[in-house]
Amino acid sequence: MSRVTFTIDGKTVKAIRGQTILKAAEAAGIFIPRLCAYRDLTPHGSCRVCSVRVNGRIQAACVQTVAEGAVVESETPELQEFRRNLVDMLFVEGNHFCMFCEKSGFCELQALAYRFGIAAPRYRYLNPKRDIDLSHPDVYIDHNRCILCGRCVRASQDMDRKNVFQFVGRGSRKRLQVNGDSLSETDLKATDEAVSVCPVGALMRKRVGYEVPVGQRRYDGQPIGEDIETREDK
Amino acid sequence: MKRGTASVTAEICRKFGNDRSRLMDIAIAVQERFGCVSHEAMEEIARAVGSHRVEVESLVSFYSFLSVKPQGKVVIRLCRDIVDWMKGYEAVAEAMSRELGVTMGETTPDGAITLTHTPCIGMSDQAPAALINGVVVTHLTPERGRQLIRDLRKHLDPQQLVTMVGDGNNEHPLVRSMVRNNIRMRGPVHFAPFDPGSGLRKALALAPAEVIRAIKDSRLRGRGGAGFPAGLKWEMAAGSPGERRYVLCNADEGEPGTFKDRVLLTECADQLLEGMAIAGYAVGSDTGIVYLRGEYRYLLAFLESRIEERRRKGLLGRDILGRKGFHFDIRVQLGAGAYICGEETALISSCEGFRGDPKNRPPFPPQQGYLGSPTIVNNVETLCCVSRILVEGSDWFASMGSSRTTGTKVLSISGDCRKPGVYEVPFGITPAELLEMSEAENTGTLLIGGPCRQMIGPDRLEGRICYDDLATGGAIVVFNRARNRLEIAEHYLDFFIEESCGHCTPCRVGLILLKDLVHKVIEGAGAPADLAEMRSLSNFIIRTSRCGLGQAAPNPVLGALEIFGDLSAGFVAERRPGLLPEFDLSKAVIDAELRVGRQSKYV
Ligand code: SF4
Ligand code: SF4
Ligand code: FES
Repeated sequence: MSRVTFTIDGKTVKAIRGQTILKAAEAAGIFIPRLCAYRDLTPHGSCRVCSVRVNGRIQAACVQTVAEGAVVESETPELQEFRRNLVDMLFVEGNHFCMFCEKSGFCELQALAYRFGIAAPRYRYLNPKRDIDLSHPDVYIDHNRCILCGRCVRASQDMDRKNVFQFVGRGSRKRLQVNGDSLSETDLKATDEAVSVCPVGALMRKRVGYEVPVGQRRYDGQPIGEDIETREDK
Repeated sequence: MKRGTASVTAEICRKFGNDRSRLMDIAIAVQERFGCVSHEAMEEIARAVGSHRVEVESLVSFYSFLSVKPQGKVVIRLCRDIVDWMKGYEAVAEAMSRELGVTMGETTPDGAITLTHTPCIGMSDQAPAALINGVVVTHLTPERGRQLIRDLRKHLDPQQLVTMVGDGNNEHPLVRSMVRNNIRMRGPVHFAPFDPGSGLRKALALAPAEVIRAIKDSRLRGRGGAGFPAGLKWEMAAGSPGERRYVLCNADEGEPGTFKDRVLLTECADQLLEGMAIAGYAVGSDTGIVYLRGEYRYLLAFLESRIEERRRKGLLGRDILGRKGFHFDIRVQLGAGAYICGEETALISSCEGFRGDPKNRPPFPPQQGYLGSPTIVNNVETLCCVSRILVEGSDWFASMGSSRTTGTKVLSISGDCRKPGVYEVPFGITPAELLEMSEAENTGTLLIGGPCRQMIGPDRLEGRICYDDLATGGAIVVFNRARNRLEIAEHYLDFFIEESCGHCTPCRVGLILLKDLVHKVIEGAGAPADLAEMRSLSNFIIRTSRCGLGQAAPNPVLGALEIFGDLSAGFVAERRPGLLPEFDLSKAVIDAELRVGRQSKYV
């Protein structure tokens, strides 16, 4: 395996050739915020929250691969502002009521907002009319909270070897669609990986909400990304 | 599903070899046959090609000419580009919708006629124009719009609306269109006589590497707008590992105000097809695809007949011109109404039978493009240049134009000028000269290269049209001083919002928020801070978007702001602190009343 050396915010990082900047940073204990990227799923490059500056040009760290000697900037005021805008835009694009949401405390969108110190969105709510698909016995989709990250689409194909989800429409009319007239007509199982990868409260398992009390949820105690930043083995 | 529908759909799939990668053609054929691609048809298609219904739906829902829901037997798509709008779009739309008794986007109750609008169809020099089941009608007036509907009601046959045909090959029996070429200036590269086979013969006398060398020596840069050196692209594709290689021609000119490829496709088809064969020889490819935008489907039969004729002459097919082992053939891939497919990776996705979402890069197409193989994507005009370069030589070509941009450029000029049309001019020409040639007066704003490029004011008329100064893919849109620049910008923002693929957040959401701001200022509710916010939001969208669409969409806004100068005072004013200028109390009360369903007591 050939190796390359580059820097992130001045810190020298060694990486494997062909690795993405996001992964290389993570291995070095540097957290680059992300939403649509998830473990080994093929990168999607859609949320743009992982935007970093590479040799002066802004690139998505989840798709851009490392290059020898590259100068990567991540925590600059400009990029922090951009990420803040992106999270903000994802909030106002859908209908998010965190206080009533089962996903609160586990939600990556919410956790990023906390990490960035967003108390209220700066853009106007677009208030789209979206529906909820409750037809399946064990799983439901609340389109109001879907951020179109495509994790479920990719997980269904690559991990579950099914094809339950796809995007339909384009532009602001783009939305998640299932392979059938409703979720109950698909071969989705509650145990499918596709269900557990959703970063927000859009694709949810039924009858398990609120099981973990407030205060003990994943991001109640530590900000998102802190696990990467405080790992021992890095 | 009605009996027979399933079998017809299955038959269409068979015609395309039940090939998953031909999903575009299958969907287009089904749409033509049934007026929509229903869920039932999708099930059938998915079964035949080994896909899933939702995947077929994903594709169908992406393209604006395809539809899940039934449309009328005749679909009238009125072009709503800004030039059409300047030339009376609204009055025509109003007249047609009255005559039909339906509003925009609706179908008559008898299911006969649908009236809708569509962005630029490449007829800005003969606007207002419309596409009626693919048949182009131009120079519309309210009266002609009404008449046309009365006629259609009688026969429902759009072809019968063509009573006068245009010039040149628009007269050809396989085209028979009322479109006019409006070629105002003929240059030596594109509009000089061309003898089919002459360029290819010269190419075959050279080794493939020498052909690439010749293109490099000519310093030909891609005519799509980005200006990437064509020879370099070819060299990369030739040098990338792969079993097969592909040559794709981008005939998807969707940039509002651009129509020069339409004229080249009509008048220089041989030169184009020959350029593809030369490229095929140079990079070692045996397959070419012309990606023809859906708006130009009226040219499809004609182009296919040209391809067929070239096969007969031994200029396409196997052992071309007797050269053992050099095989190259071309098919035409039809698009279905998606601006983004002009972006090369989106174009490739579409050819592969997917939504026209751009792909992540790297890898770049010359490394891994169509079906994962090394692919060159060249614009129509670029490939036409290739044939001429082989005939006349690299030095001849490089001797024209400006120092770093060689050759000539075909421009489409439209808007507020007396002579809209196509001009082949040497690179390096100034906007002032173009305005004079096209007889434009009192020009206030000039769009160089369509909305994705730049908007300039009268102070830059002495610049140069070339890749180092005022770069353009081919559109020059002229606006006189009476036109409001912010309104122009808003119009183009609407266009980009409509045409965004929606993949990434800044483009999908950011453009809507940017439009809000522009609109607010136009309405007179803006504050100086809004202009600053417009700039920073534009900058954010440009920097963080994934592909060229988002990276370009705010340009008209930035252009309008830059040449705002004297106008800005009229738009925004300092307000008293604490006052929200965009808040309209009476409108808010009406909104609230509508929501609760009763009138307010205190009004
Ligand atoms: S999905 Fe996340 S951001 Fe949206 S309402 Fe639920 S907790 Fe809040
Ligand atoms: S349902 Fe969840 S995982 Fe799927 S696209 Fe929406 S937000 Fe992403
Ligand atoms: S995580 Fe990289 S674009 Fe979403």
